[in-house]
Amino acid sequence: MKSNSSSRRGAWGLRRGAWGVGLGALALLLACAANATAQGPDRSKPPVPGAPPDLVLPAVRKHALSNGLPVWIVEHHEVPVARVLLVARAGGDSDPAGRFGVAAMMASMMEEGAGDRDALALADAIDFLGASLTVSSGLDASTVSLGVPVARLAQALPLMADVLLRPAFAPTELERLRQQALTELLQVRDNPSALATRAFARVVFGPRHRYGTVGGTRAVLAGLTVDDLRAAHARIFHPARSLLIVVGDVAADEALRLLEAQFGAWRPPGPAGDLPPVPAAPRTTRREIVIVDKPGAAQSQVRVGTVGVARDTPEYFPITVANTILGGSFTSRLNQNLRETHGYSYGAGSVFDMRRSAGPFFATAGVQTDKTAESVREVFNEFAAMQRPVPSDELARARNYVALGYPSTFETTGDIAGSLASLFVYQLPDDYPSHFVSRMLAVTQPEVEAVAKQYFDASRFVVVVVGDRAAIEAPLKALNLGPVRVMAVDEVMGEAAPK
Amino acid sequence: MAASRVVALLVSVCSCWLAAGSGLSRAQAADPPAAPPPLEMPYTQFTLPNGLHVILHEDHSVPIVSVNVWYHVGSGSEKPGRTGFAHLFEHLMFEGSKHVPEGAFDKWLEAAGASNNGSTDPDRTNYFIDGPRNVLELALFLDSDRMGYLLDTMSPARVDGQRDVVKNERREGVENRPYGIALVTLPELLFPPDHPYHWPTIGYMADLSAASYDDVVEFFRKYYAPNNASLVVAGDIDAAAARALVEKWFGEVKRGEPVPPVAPPAAMLTGVTRKTLTDRVQLPALTLAWITPRQFAPGDAELDVTAQILAGGKNSRLYRRLVYDMQIAQDVSATQQSGALASTFSIDVIVRPQTGMTAAAVVDRVQAIVDEELDRLRAEPPSARELERARNQMEAAFYASLERVGGFGGRANRLNAYYVATGNPDYLNEDLARYRAIGPRDIQAIVSRYLPRDARVELIVEPAGEKERQ
Repeated sequence: MKSNSSSRRGAWGLRRGAWGVGLGALALLLACAANATAQGPDRSKPPVPGAPPDLVLPAVRKHALSNGLPVWIVEHHEVPVARVLLVARAGGDSDPAGRFGVAAMMASMMEEGAGDRDALALADAIDFLGASLTVSSGLDASTVSLGVPVARLAQALPLMADVLLRPAFAPTELERLRQQALTELLQVRDNPSALATRAFARVVFGPRHRYGTVGGTRAVLAGLTVDDLRAAHARIFHPARSLLIVVGDVAADEALRLLEAQFGAWRPPGPAGDLPPVPAAPRTTRREIVIVDKPGAAQSQVRVGTVGVARDTPEYFPITVANTILGGSFTSRLNQNLRETHGYSYGAGSVFDMRRSAGPFFATAGVQTDKTAESVREVFNEFAAMQRPVPSDELARARNYVALGYPSTFETTGDIAGSLASLFVYQLPDDYPSHFVSRMLAVTQPEVEAVAKQYFDASRFVVVVVGDRAAIEAPLKALNLGPVRVMAVDEVMGEAAPK
Repeated sequence: MAASRVVALLVSVCSCWLAAGSGLSRAQAADPPAAPPPLEMPYTQFTLPNGLHVILHEDHSVPIVSVNVWYHVGSGSEKPGRTGFAHLFEHLMFEGSKHVPEGAFDKWLEAAGASNNGSTDPDRTNYFIDGPRNVLELALFLDSDRMGYLLDTMSPARVDGQRDVVKNERREGVENRPYGIALVTLPELLFPPDHPYHWPTIGYMADLSAASYDDVVEFFRKYYAPNNASLVVAGDIDAAAARALVEKWFGEVKRGEPVPPVAPPAAMLTGVTRKTLTDRVQLPALTLAWITPRQFAPGDAELDVTAQILAGGKNSRLYRRLVYDMQIAQDVSATQQSGALASTFSIDVIVRPQTGMTAAAVVDRVQAIVDEELDRLRAEPPSARELERARNQMEAAFYASLERVGGFGGRANRLNAYYVATGNPDYLNEDLARYRAIGPRDIQAIVSRYLPRDARVELIVEPAGEKERQ
């Protein structure tokens, strides 16, 4: 029943809580319930959750292979599966200036033949084991990820080693993927949400900055060579910036022996060059509205914001709580306003995309076309409202929601591997997870107020709207938020500028 | 990692809900791959006097609890002129009940670190609340209150509010989504107008506009009774204590009238229905679809495997030819979408425009290739390796889905789904055994029987927005 089903909340997906803490705030909320019925249980007050379970973090055993490659192993004996993740602390941020998208294509090409297998033989071997083996390159990091029933781990690891260490980068496969990627660029034009993401990045960061280009561009894809891929592979997948993570139904010693056999001899041709984070982008300096025209669109995709913060911001905890209140949960203000109060949208939220450098911060919503200007006005109203003190029950709810949801990032083998990988990529201390909850719960009202003042001041925010220009331009102008201009789809999809 | 926590994990009660040996020692075996060990989801079950069926599943590995409720009603039970209503009603279930003020459902759960959601399909409506184990009683209170007392505070204004939200859900998922119009058109072409699968679950805009407060009252009384629901409580629970809490909160909810089973008219395709739509897209698309055996009926598992052989992975027959070799398609997928009354098997191809060829010509070329491949499967069985590869991929995905206790795809929901479909909540091994029993000739036979060329739907989407490319 995949295609013909509808769920309640597209914007929220799953946020899962794994344990709880004291719920002082809850008591305040409970006073308003109705009277008990004569028979049956007392429903006049909802049950107050009792003592929360303790946070149980997975036990990580840290080792190194003979070549120095660090290995983190977590024995997780729930389901007979194993996850092996090789993570390298470099990605699209190391793309050459003006050639953004090289790392992503390199990662895709690593799946297209390796060792003595061509693309089809490699896929056949992986699929036959019931394994998944994927390579991806984001802005901050690149990964080779293997998931396999544990009984077949020993057979799958040599394939993973081939993909990591001996990718073929065959010219015919590059040609095929190039055509596929160029066609994907055409498909982006159909997708208002994807267009909004690209347009917002381009307006906020500009064509020169790495973060101003999302996904590939036509000229870069057209010009890519096998040599580009090999250079990116050598630059990114270097053992000196890599970590192997194993999570699953394994015995640590046995897993280590298997990894040593496959990865212990990995020796790079040269030293790992320094790959500094991309330079921090300045925040936008003026408010403007940018329309990308989608004639006849039933909804407008709206993004409002500017440059946000880097993952290593010292204000990580208060920013996270403040954003949860603004647009980071179902009961957040943006969602309550645009969805529950006004019914303009199926869901609204806000995001700090925290990267090694400051990524975008934005409010986001798909809103019905004839309420586009009203929705933008409400978004600005909510930014303004965040400048006032947040009621204590709302603050407590947001703190709890984030803190109590944190342990669920350690439920499955994939969750655990991903959480450990982000500790490595962002160089967070070993004891970071064990302090996460207490630090989140310690966030105070003045701290939230301070970050709200600094980051939710909308006087220089950019508004990007992908929608039906004929229907939305005049009402948007009438808001008098700032100058309104139209950005052609070709400009949204346009090339990055060389430095 | 905090060393002090390490011990706690290593010595904590092994959940043992999987009777799985350590797989790694088996890994030394050469080809073929070792068979994965058997699985089980231990449970207890009982039925309350009011008819609510309850299934309890203990798993102490993570201190999480999941409360999962299925109401045995979906969009298939909607009356004419009210399509989309079952799903609109699902939305209203979160808007408060007699002892839960509007908005409190989400606020109380978020404050306790829990999350929740619901979904509707033609056969059923499901709801889950996942959270730390100490949220169990709050979750049971909330779910029982909306089962027993939803109407006490229901109002036309609440219906209006969620009507607008759902209309925007439709705009986002259909009107504003590439190929969205094909999603809602396909069931109309497959099933006759009086069949419960004829209309899309999201509903038609005019029907959403027409839905009224009175409809809500009628629907709730008819379908949202404990005797038409099943409840799974799974995770870090004590079964006896959980049972007591379930009895406490759900015991007083009043039984409703018996709900007669849906009695669908016969649905059979007797010829080819071909339709061409236009959408604001850059690439044409082709869907071929058939009505196939319902979930767990003979043929259902074979068609799952057939979908994998046709379009699962680079070496699958259609991907290999259309996307990899000929490169006249951007992507291809095949799905056996299993339903309680009938299933739909569909092949979807996103077609890549070719220089010098019209969109219609490329679509025809793609369709001819698909038919060649179906003919090949009709003429000769797949190779043993092909079948084994498909089966291994499916089994691995099955395992991965068991890693979570909650959510739409976790164990709690699976227990409920198995119970509803088969009467046996722990149907895991029977389910897997269906796939293991399939031989190459079964695939050949099933393709011949259920995927005929002369009785199917052919749905084409052609680009309307050529100008946008400029």
